[in-house]
Amino acid sequence: MTSDDMKQLEYAIAEITEIADGFGLDYYPMRYEICPADIIYTFGAYGMPTRFSHWSFGKTFHKMKMQYDFGLSKIYELVINSDPCYAFLLDGNSLIQNKLIVSHVLAHCDFFKNNFRFSKTNRNMVESMAATAERIRQYEIEVGNEEVEQFIDAVLAIQEHVDPSLTKPYRGIGAAEADRAPAKERKERTFGYEDLWDLDKPKKPQSKAEEAPSKFPAKPEKDLLLFIEEYSPYLKEWQRDILTMLRDEMLYFWPQLETKIMNEGWASYWHQRIMRALDLTDAETIEYSKLNSSVVIPSRHSLNPYYLGLKIFEDIERRWDHPTQEERERLGREPGRGRDKIFEVREFDSDLSFIRNYMTKQLCDDLDLYVFEKKGPEWKITDKSWENIRDQLVYSRVNGGFPYIVVQDGDFNRTGELYLQHNYEGIELDLKYVERTLPYIHRLWGKPVHLETTIEEKPVLFSYDGKKHNRKFL
Amino acid sequence: MSEPMFTVSREDWSLHRKGYQDQTRHQQKVRDAIKQNLPDLVTDESIVMSDGKQIVKVPIRSLDEYRFRYNYNKSKHVGQGTGDSQVGDVLGVDPQAAQGPGKGEGAGDQPGEDYYDAEVQMEELQTMLFDELELPNLEQKEKENVVSKEIIFNDVRKKGIMSNIDKKRTILENLRRNSRDGSPGIHRISPDDLRFRTWEEIVTPQSNALILAMMDTSGSMGSFEKYIARSFFFWMTRFLRTKYEHVEIVFIAHHTEAKIVTEEEFFTKGESGGTICSSAYQLAVDLIDRGFPPARYNIYPFHFSDGDNLTSDNERCVKLITELVKRCNLFGYGEVNQYNRSSTLMSAYRNLHDPKFVHYVIREKGEVYKALRTFFPKRLEGSLAQ
Repeated sequence: MTSDDMKQLEYAIAEITEIADGFGLDYYPMRYEICPADIIYTFGAYGMPTRFSHWSFGKTFHKMKMQYDFGLSKIYELVINSDPCYAFLLDGNSLIQNKLIVSHVLAHCDFFKNNFRFSKTNRNMVESMAATAERIRQYEIEVGNEEVEQFIDAVLAIQEHVDPSLTKPYRGIGAAEADRAPAKERKERTFGYEDLWDLDKPKKPQSKAEEAPSKFPAKPEKDLLLFIEEYSPYLKEWQRDILTMLRDEMLYFWPQLETKIMNEGWASYWHQRIMRALDLTDAETIEYSKLNSSVVIPSRHSLNPYYLGLKIFEDIERRWDHPTQEERERLGREPGRGRDKIFEVREFDSDLSFIRNYMTKQLCDDLDLYVFEKKGPEWKITDKSWENIRDQLVYSRVNGGFPYIVVQDGDFNRTGELYLQHNYEGIELDLKYVERTLPYIHRLWGKPVHLETTIEEKPVLFSYDGKKHNRKFL
Repeated sequence: MSEPMFTVSREDWSLHRKGYQDQTRHQQKVRDAIKQNLPDLVTDESIVMSDGKQIVKVPIRSLDEYRFRYNYNKSKHVGQGTGDSQVGDVLGVDPQAAQGPGKGEGAGDQPGEDYYDAEVQMEELQTMLFDELELPNLEQKEKENVVSKEIIFNDVRKKGIMSNIDKKRTILENLRRNSRDGSPGIHRISPDDLRFRTWEEIVTPQSNALILAMMDTSGSMGSFEKYIARSFFFWMTRFLRTKYEHVEIVFIAHHTEAKIVTEEEFFTKGESGGTICSSAYQLAVDLIDRGFPPARYNIYPFHFSDGDNLTSDNERCVKLITELVKRCNLFGYGEVNQYNRSSTLMSAYRNLHDPKFVHYVIREKGEVYKALRTFFPKRLEGSLAQ
């Protein structure tokens, strides 16, 4: 890219920024970086330029880069939820491509800044992750690459099992466990006079030990990472540290998992609006249209989140701009409030509520959506009723699309074994993966681990004791 | 607005190598995993059946990123049509499930989905495997037969035989000299301009090997037994080809009679009837005596059978084997014995004690690799191997 191109790009960005301001988009200061393809793909594979090293990222990177080299797919940009917001543009993008991308990225940033799910995310994550990477590097030097790698393998296997709920305190399992000292604090420094403190304590009734054992944890705990970090008896300090850091990274990424459809829909909605407001030549318009359609192209076997999100936003705008007679009378909906409404939706909803609240029969028909499943060797369309389509979409977005697993008992059999429960809601787990994931949890917990799930409507318990697997119906 | 809300920059990223470093780490893990899985891979159909392919897909079980996930095949999904989708439309067919029987061991409900396919160069795989093998009892054979002469014209000199004159270079030299002297053009060729091509004799030592692949094709050899034999011969021929320039392989199939067959027939044709192993051995002995003198060939007969030989024939077999062992570098007998029966042939062979006679009983797929290592053991002092 010549300095002349650079000037042109800066000029275009200034124009786009002005248009975006006019539309009321609200974003962080922007830092655009122009990067070669392998760098963009590195960032794509790691999720963040500064993230720690791990072979699984290398594997993803290799796969993505190969698809790019063979011309099968292309990432045009990458945008980071941070303040200031970093956006990485692919070196070699044409000016018109960059215009679309900059518009798209501005809307992403607006979403990051204003959507409620993102309100707790760490906006300095670029630096935090760099620090994490540095610390992990340090541990690798101290305890050895293999050791650290194996531990990270285990953590990554359950990394999605955090509790990102907005009402929950960031740290701490809850007061009920307060009397159960976390494993890491068990070794207190002793001075020889500790018994003096006991004089102040109220006398405990002797019978307490004979009472029914209290549950631990008192309520099922969804945050597997936090629970293991606090109570695993065998973790070393550096392991706890890595666990904490990786949990932080997952909590940072979580809102993105929860708002994939909305976020992409929102960005696609705005890049279209902004591009329409620009003064394009005929040739530019054609190039823009080609790129735009390649972004929002519907696909047959999975839903394109760009397309679906865009269509729902447009539908909401239409319905609030032109409410029906009934909506006006019963809901007091004023015409012409479409824009306001979509800004409100982008602030308060996540994919789950977005689909549940705004998917309509009309949309399902217009988009020709259907439910399909495997019947024998064939994948068949089995349902076209819009409520079922909507519900199926909602199910697929529950918990970011991951199985919901909780710690049921951290002291199972009174021997400190870990008992996990999969909250079965109609979709079975991949059993081979269950059997291969349990050893990782065993590596973290250090004692036998169990997972209860449901197969063909019957509860089943998978166990792994460090040597062998066991599977039994309950 | 006074301060710009954005900056555009372009930096030098050439030192940012993280992606490539981790990619290398991943590939290294893939290689380690392959090494660990060699016993399974040796009998993997996709490899044994991949004649000639440069890159093979290798199933690796340990490198997927395992986590709790939903069973994709057992859940419902939402898709999008082009406007005319109907309930009952078929979107696609699972190739694995539709393939029907014949998939062998993968009797789980979704065969092939539980591992991650890594692409590996066939050559790399061979190097890894053959790294652990070595040809036993390799002998230096008669000199004139292990040496091949080749004449290559590869040098140009000022002196030589007129018939080998290099006209083009001679004229070039003349042109050069004339223009140096100030009168360009081709004229007055002097002896100084002459250039001759000369040759060199390249002597490459060459060795010959003969493999006698003998297989029992009697009725008792099922598809498993045949498959094992095929995997073994597949690797053995490949291994020997890396050691010898010319490997001759003769396929001998036998039931009560033995005959020489083509490679394709050898692996595909099923026959029935009883088993008389000595017929194959007799044919092998005849073959060696007729056309492959042991003085010039390294001979490796291998025989695969299920061990179900006609009892009265065993004595003859033992006698013929002692004959064969005299002529060859190594005689390998592999018995495919899935159910651990006591076989008549094996009990006869147990008493044969000759360092050149090696036998191995294969009970399951994974043991083909062990058989290879038994037949081609790497000696500790054998520093000759690559």
